[in-house]
Amino acid sequence: MNILIGGEAGQGLATVGEILAKSLVRSGYYIVVTQSYQSRIRGGHNTFAIRVSSQPIWAPRESYDLLVALNEETITLHQKELTPSGLIVADQGCAVDEKNCIRVPFGHLAPRPLANVAALGVAGALLGLDHELISLTLEKFFGKKKAELSKENQQVLQAAYQWATTPSLALPKLPKIADPPPRLILHGNEAIALGAISAGLKFYAFYPMTPSTSIGLTLARLATEMELVVEQAEDEIAAINMAIGAAFAGAPSMVGTSGGGFALMVEGVSLAGMTETPLVIVVAQRPGPATGLPTRTEQGDLNFVLHAGHGEFPRAILAPATVEECFYLTYKAFHLAEKFQSPVFILTDQFLADSYRAVEPFTLEGLTPVSLLLKDQSYSLPYRRFAFTENGVSPRLLPGLSEHLVVAGSDEHTEDGHLTEDLEVRQKMVEKRLRKMAGIKREIILPHFEGEEKADLLLLSWGSTKGAVTEAAEILRAAGQKVSTLHFSQVWPLPTDHFPKYFLGAKKIISIEGNATGQFASLLRRESGLAVSQKISRYDGLPITPDYILRKLGEMNLW
Amino acid sequence: MVNLDHYGNYETAWCPGCGNFSILRAVKNALVSLQLAPYQVLFVSGIGQAAKAPHYMNVNLFDGLHGRALPVASGAKIANPQLTVIVESGDGCTYGEGGNHFLAAMRRNIDLTLLVHNNQVYGLTKGQASPTSDWGFITKAQPTGVRSVPFNPIAIAVAMGASFVARGFAGFEDHLTELIKQAITHKGFSLVDILQPCVSFNKVNTFSWYKKRCQQLPLDYDPTNWEEALKTAAKWGEIIPLGVIYRQERPTFTEMLPALQSGSLVGRGLDKTKFNKILGEFA
Repeated sequence: MNILIGGEAGQGLATVGEILAKSLVRSGYYIVVTQSYQSRIRGGHNTFAIRVSSQPIWAPRESYDLLVALNEETITLHQKELTPSGLIVADQGCAVDEKNCIRVPFGHLAPRPLANVAALGVAGALLGLDHELISLTLEKFFGKKKAELSKENQQVLQAAYQWATTPSLALPKLPKIADPPPRLILHGNEAIALGAISAGLKFYAFYPMTPSTSIGLTLARLATEMELVVEQAEDEIAAINMAIGAAFAGAPSMVGTSGGGFALMVEGVSLAGMTETPLVIVVAQRPGPATGLPTRTEQGDLNFVLHAGHGEFPRAILAPATVEECFYLTYKAFHLAEKFQSPVFILTDQFLADSYRAVEPFTLEGLTPVSLLLKDQSYSLPYRRFAFTENGVSPRLLPGLSEHLVVAGSDEHTEDGHLTEDLEVRQKMVEKRLRKMAGIKREIILPHFEGEEKADLLLLSWGSTKGAVTEAAEILRAAGQKVSTLHFSQVWPLPTDHFPKYFLGAKKIISIEGNATGQFASLLRRESGLAVSQKISRYDGLPITPDYILRKLGEMNLW
Repeated sequence: MVNLDHYGNYETAWCPGCGNFSILRAVKNALVSLQLAPYQVLFVSGIGQAAKAPHYMNVNLFDGLHGRALPVASGAKIANPQLTVIVESGDGCTYGEGGNHFLAAMRRNIDLTLLVHNNQVYGLTKGQASPTSDWGFITKAQPTGVRSVPFNPIAIAVAMGASFVARGFAGFEDHLTELIKQAITHKGFSLVDILQPCVSFNKVNTFSWYKKRCQQLPLDYDPTNWEEALKTAAKWGEIIPLGVIYRQERPTFTEMLPALQSGSLVGRGLDKTKFNKILGEFA
């Protein structure tokens, strides 16, 4: 079932959406949330879509079974996306002529500012959710913020829920799930924040920028309890340099931003490469160039992140496909960064950053905070921060923790870190830094392949589009097509000795990317010499859906 | 006992007669006089002739990007407040490229010391105007003279209520050593703007030009009087006042951070019980 809540910014639709999503997960359902909003605080048109199922689901869909319209514009804009049996929940005074409309007397059920809570009650009852469960979720959501509001909220919820148990129109109820298993509900940015904490993050610096901001907000909220420091820097340049300073001194550090902010950080990326400072950098993509579409999604910054920073130095780029991967890959990013003393990127996008999902509780067993890797500060003289080693990784001591002096510099330097113009040393230092790439390559996350090696159609994807591609492939297979999928959750470096077999086995290879030029397909070709047959791209600011993929395959006469 | 030998003696890449030599000596003497061992001190510098100074000492050093020394130093001090953190760079790096960080550092009041070698010109890139160059100063890049008014770091710092604001002169080495000592000892952000001649590229503000004008503040000067400090900070011309121009005690940034109440961030593990509880809140 697919639910769309729509209204103006400021009507509290994200609040209703979140509480409804949480109630659904607590009732045992899987969800995929897509938040679509405009770059404004009041007015405009925003939506919060929840796809819900008793079975695991991976992607948003484009048609809706329930349209919760907090204003009339929502109906006008989304009527056409309603399934034939779909219902609209709207205010009784609404002028829209639509027979599938449940007209709710919002004015009687709630004072105007709480109309969203009434909508929650109505939607919850229509879906067959337990009243008490919604009530507890609502309580928990507002409880801490405003205790006095809580009573009024509960009254409105009760009245609306009651009202909606007896309407003339009804939805097919969701199948009841006995003993719902405990699952977490969180979006990509929250999972990145938690993954970072699990890896021992101690310092996070940021400058607010959609859609990355909620990583910082989540960490700031947890900072006192988890004993970490979050600092809103004066600009992104300061943010990355602060993080480099903190990491150099021994605090596992991360920064988060989006395209434009990352552009400001780029010199710092190069500095981390040169000073061999471990650093995790999250880039949550939104459409560019320049300010672009600030609140929408795109996968357009792959090339930028891959090439960001002057000079040559190793890096790794992880691109989580799911909220779970946001957690586990961020953990991995910290370990890669520390082990290879290099910048490591987490490349996500607005869709995944804001997409709430039901997630199995994370396994903390065996997770080691990176800080413990630095426990041993003993070393025999003489200590040289950038000593030439076989694998390129030099012993990393921390300043002030022993009598050894730690010297690092952005100029080309000698083994002991002091600037040099000895060109022989320069050459050896370049080679030492680049040798670390071999180690990074040994830890590559291999792409996920599904299907037969000899397929008619191989669908190729990276990052957050995995869910849509997986579901599109399922639909195609169900219709008798021989389809396989190859998905990359790490986009740099690439395992060039691993994936070509899948390319060679397939008759047609279609790349699917949220950008206009097929950046990943080009990168694969550059690295392996293998080309895709055709490209599906999306760059209108919306996430790639199974519907979109099938539509495009249709245009290619492949579906 | 820490002595000067601990800080070493190195060949430099500076021009003979450069003001940097006496600043380097003053810094080392201040550190020895405070009995700080080299490993306890972290220098952070940027890019420029001044930023090379810590390379000529035995200390911990992070020599970063042009203009970005302050954020790196801030991050390092937050990570490990036990480090004595000293930022050393020039007027171009600190007041030009890094201007925004200069303002932010004063607001944050992180306990670090900022030493700015201020020679009113760009040395490393061979003689262009700096933010503190005098109006009308002629260079190859400004052949008809600088048409921006000079940046007054002392006045800005006092106006913002920076917690320690001082001006020294490379030519008065003992006085400068004393200022650096006070700045390092001061709890909170401290600025020492250090006037120095550039023998190669500034033929106007020469050693004798400074020496004629620089005057130590009178003994009865009260650096805690903000209005008086503002007036003193505005003075630049026939008389250039030297000394601690403004000082105030206020809580430092790291003192106020809850996460740092139990010590430095370095080497901390993960409290899995607490973390599990937090994960539970997402259920």
